[in-house]
Amino acid sequence: MNSFTYVRASDLDAAVREGARADTYYLGAGTNLLDLMKGGVERPARLVDVTRLPLAAIEELPGGGLRIGAMVSNADAASHPLVTSRYPLLAQALLAGASPQLRNMATTGGNLLQRTRCSYFYDTGFSACNKRKPGSGCAALEGHNRMHAILGASDKCIAVHPSDMAVALAALDAAVRVRGPKGERAIPMREFHRLPGDAPQRDTTLQHGELITAVDLPSPQFTKAHYLKVRDRASYAFALVSVAAALDMDGERIKTARVALGGVAHKPWRATRSEELLIGKTLEPEALKPAAIAAVEGAKGYRDNKFKIELAQRAIVRALRTAGGAA
Amino acid sequence: MQGAAAAAAYGSAPYATSQTPLPDAATAGARGEHVQQATLTVNGRPYVLAIEPRVTLLDALREYIGLTGTKKGCDRGQCGACTVLVNGRRINSCLTLALAHEGDEVVTVEGLSSFGKGAGKPHPVQAAFVEQDAFQCGYCTPGQICSAVGLLAEARAQGFELTEDVIRERMSGNICRCGAYPNIVAAVKKAGDAG
Repeated sequence: MNSFTYVRASDLDAAVREGARADTYYLGAGTNLLDLMKGGVERPARLVDVTRLPLAAIEELPGGGLRIGAMVSNADAASHPLVTSRYPLLAQALLAGASPQLRNMATTGGNLLQRTRCSYFYDTGFSACNKRKPGSGCAALEGHNRMHAILGASDKCIAVHPSDMAVALAALDAAVRVRGPKGERAIPMREFHRLPGDAPQRDTTLQHGELITAVDLPSPQFTKAHYLKVRDRASYAFALVSVAAALDMDGERIKTARVALGGVAHKPWRATRSEELLIGKTLEPEALKPAAIAAVEGAKGYRDNKFKIELAQRAIVRALRTAGGAA
Repeated sequence: MQGAAAAAAYGSAPYATSQTPLPDAATAGARGEHVQQATLTVNGRPYVLAIEPRVTLLDALREYIGLTGTKKGCDRGQCGACTVLVNGRRINSCLTLALAHEGDEVVTVEGLSSFGKGAGKPHPVQAAFVEQDAFQCGYCTPGQICSAVGLLAEARAQGFELTEDVIRERMSGNICRCGAYPNIVAAVKKAGDAG
């Protein structure tokens, strides 16, 4: 790990002032950042520890929503009564991620900013990685790409975003509150992470110096939800494909649906066309199939990950049926 | 990770094995080092350390305080051998900076017995691991035991039942390459049932 300066922020103003400096990163729990620094992937000159800022509360918002402070740990968010009772989809997604030790450490803000686990990004022994070194190429395109993207990728990068939490937040139309040198703003989850395009080095639309202060959830609309994570082992593994499914039912038929996919793209993949097709449908597998097909429209598989296109469709049907209590 | 030049322990560290003289401020600056002083509370005792910010909690415990019960396995947060309790919660000590834990209560496997039923006796989880033969080589065991202590506290606080499936899921952050999982699960169950 490179040598660096460590500063502990005393308050939000001081944190943002320090964080705006060059070669400076905010440090949450550090579960991903320190790992990347050990491998030489990240080499910041200064770290601003924001874990002691007063951002660790979960509080109700006027209008029925919920605000989760950026420093709330993944474990605390997953077990909070207001989360488990009103947003079970989020609680399930949080518990599907990482290990208990990591969930005790990892913060809500940090989870959103974790970087891809693409092994070519992680291993500096490979020279080609546009995300690590813009313009150097993408070793995954012709390499081992079992874990990689099938949707929204570019010829510059086929990495996927690894978060489970973010997939549930995308399905629930959450917003990310940030504070930076130019003030505060709220970024809808769907616009927070970006597709790789020609600039895969940028994972999000955050500007340098902006600090995540909270995630806001709108008032709960969905009584039925399920987070399905398909992975290579039963626990503590990243998703091959995951599905966040939420339903509001009118008797036997779907009134409103939300579907977001993880493990398939550079960002949590909201399947909006599928959501439209689900309106009025029953939970019979055949009735759900057109929506599953629509979710992978335009999907492209690579050498090792073509199976994900079929897997994603089956996972969507199963997640919706489980959410609705039909499976 | 970095060698002895990165840090030095002094003062109350009773087990310190290598005490490197502190570089003076001018030398440290010239060499690009950023030694900072911090007090860590480990197993109820304060340890005054002068360390570079890049020293992890795991390295501070093992290399500068001399508490080698906590093990370094992967050093990347994947195996759980480095699990310790911070403010009563289990974490991976390899993926956190020592400086970030000033003011926290750190408990390692060496400190568990003084928190058990009767100081000096093995903690109930330690006793259950012995009774159930929940290890072979023993390298992952301190992490398994600290993780299990954390799990039992979570189960009490959140009120979930420790079935075999729940234990396996909630202990998935601790890898055992000897494959002692059946006996580890039995030990955790026994300790949990004894409550």
